[in-house]
Amino acid sequence: MKKLKSIVSLMAASALLAGTIAGCGGNANGGAAGADTASDAQGTESAGGVFKIGAIGPLTGGAAAYGNAVCNAAELAVAEINAAGGINGYQVEYSKEDDELNAEKSVNAYNTLKDWGMQVLVGSTTSACSIAVSEYTKEDNMFQITPSGSAVDCVKYDNVFRVCFSDPNQGIASAQYINDHNLATKVGIIYDSSDVYSSGIYQKFVEESNGKNYEVVSAEAFTADNNTDFSVQLQKAKDAGADLVFLPIYYKDASLILTQADTMGYKPVFFGVDGMDGILTVENFDTSLAEGLMLLTPFAADATDDLTVNFVKNYQEKYGEVPNQFAADAYDAVFIIKQAIEAKGLTPDTSTSDICEALKSAMTEIEASGLTSAKMSWEANGEPNKEPKAVVIKDGAYVSAD
Amino acid sequence: MSFLTYLINGLSLGSIYAIIALGYTMVYGIAKMLNFAHGDFIMVGCYVIFTICSTLSGNTFVGIIAAIIICTLLGVTTERIAYRPLRGAASPLAVLITAIGVSYFLENLALLIFGADIKSFSSVVKWNGVTLGDGSLRIQGVTIVTIAVSIVILIALQLFIHKTKEGQAMLAVAEDRGAATLMGINVNKTITLTFAIGSALAAVAGALLCSAYPSLSPYTGAMPGIKAFVAAVLGGIGSIPGAMIGGLVLGIIEILSKTYISSQLSDAIVFGILVVVLLVKPTGILGKKIQEKV
Repeated sequence: MKKLKSIVSLMAASALLAGTIAGCGGNANGGAAGADTASDAQGTESAGGVFKIGAIGPLTGGAAAYGNAVCNAAELAVAEINAAGGINGYQVEYSKEDDELNAEKSVNAYNTLKDWGMQVLVGSTTSACSIAVSEYTKEDNMFQITPSGSAVDCVKYDNVFRVCFSDPNQGIASAQYINDHNLATKVGIIYDSSDVYSSGIYQKFVEESNGKNYEVVSAEAFTADNNTDFSVQLQKAKDAGADLVFLPIYYKDASLILTQADTMGYKPVFFGVDGMDGILTVENFDTSLAEGLMLLTPFAADATDDLTVNFVKNYQEKYGEVPNQFAADAYDAVFIIKQAIEAKGLTPDTSTSDICEALKSAMTEIEASGLTSAKMSWEANGEPNKEPKAVVIKDGAYVSAD
Repeated sequence: MSFLTYLINGLSLGSIYAIIALGYTMVYGIAKMLNFAHGDFIMVGCYVIFTICSTLSGNTFVGIIAAIIICTLLGVTTERIAYRPLRGAASPLAVLITAIGVSYFLENLALLIFGADIKSFSSVVKWNGVTLGDGSLRIQGVTIVTIAVSIVILIALQLFIHKTKEGQAMLAVAEDRGAATLMGINVNKTITLTFAIGSALAAVAGALLCSAYPSLSPYTGAMPGIKAFVAAVLGGIGSIPGAMIGGLVLGIIEILSKTYISSQLSDAIVFGILVVVLLVKPTGILGKKIQEKV
């Protein structure tokens, strides 16, 4: 008996350990680098006749697809701006640096760009890197706009703005989208209560659902340790008569939910957010199960408006691949900077700090139009207001839902 | 009616726990060690089937046989390399900690070879199952197959243990290892055979686990393995019919507590049961006397 008890306590310990290890997967290096903070803002005085815009992203390593999309699209935007006569008549110089998805290297990349004379930063591409760099842009009073850093803390300083929705704001955007497009009368939710991203979106979604043209009829959670059997969550949504199930979760769990719903013969509309992006890439997944799945995403490469068509064509010509949402966010970011600089009539000889002050106030005044939304404006806290867009999966591919 | 639906869902989940618990309890009953890597043997079996059936588009049957062979070899090798040298160690904890090490080793090896991306497993059971009543109640084919396979394994194991010479040797080893040695039984060989059978069962359990929940990752076996351990304790660890009953009961408890109490608390309840069983009836449902264990 004594032996069994010790065995069991050991078992419990190992279970705990397994949980801890599983829980910390996927975090990028969060700590900011300590070195290299001494270089002062004077190094950033510009060389007169050109605006200097820099971009940072993971150009190598596992997240290289994101970083390259951001840096390529920013480059494309700068080239287009220069070809059309520049900003306020001044040409734009562009430079990019690799951060390998590492917060410390992202800060180094920022310092390199600062030495080069950067006046405005487009970056970083990912959340943890963007947060690390913002500590330094804040100190230097350098204007920073992250195309795709979606964590809440990315814009905690007033000199940082973003193009994409923040994680929890995707909940608000989803609620608006479902309401505006009359997608449902009764909505069920299945979310991961052990994940900040998922539960954050869930809470905002429920708050925003008040007074909408649908009713939230079931909200069931699961945890990272109990994410294989979704029969109860699905059954409850089905029994409550939900005709749309909102899934603010990653595609890994969603693929199981879709399979189990199919087994049950339950066929509501499934609606996901950006974590759902990737469901079609799951190896051996029967994509017919995802048919009709909608997900909130700022950009669909097959949209037929002129802006998108031209962007996709030019991007493909130059870089040989179809641009993704990261590219679209970065492309917009550069044009947003252009519009804000023009709104204040700035010239390249303005100091970096003065540019930052001018752009901070310009951002809250401008209304931009771009690939990711036809109408974007910003709050002083750095969050964008824009119309949510969604795509739907049709014949195994994403197509614009609008 | 909806209660019945949930009960059937519980049965599906429980049948999976039961078939995993069979392998767990078999190894514990005879070798008197908890093979924490059992869940990861399952995962290895799933990857073998996935590779053969989906990547190489081979025959399902071939895939399962290959998984059984590879898992058996893996079990025997692990026992030989990692567990046997420690069997005489001063503390019985040594071999348990090694088992945890083997578990992490296998998970990380799979991570290295197959990557962290999940893979969608094609069910090895092509049958849809039966519909009851007015059509709203459905028992999935994989559930029925899992229960049937569990019962076949249960009977086969009982027959093997009680009717064959090797089985008798296992009983003897389980009862008193020292005395068994004195009676001329090769203890090492007997335990190796136990591991071989236990690991082969892991491959079968893996095929059915991933057919019911078709998402395959290096951590696929970890949590079901731990739950199956709870099921084995609930049924009476070491008792083979107990594992079957414990698994089914645990699955039903988990689903019903998810339904009627809280979907977030179900794990707490499941592990709470482990604590209560150990406090109130440490021998579990069927493990009455130590002598009967096997």
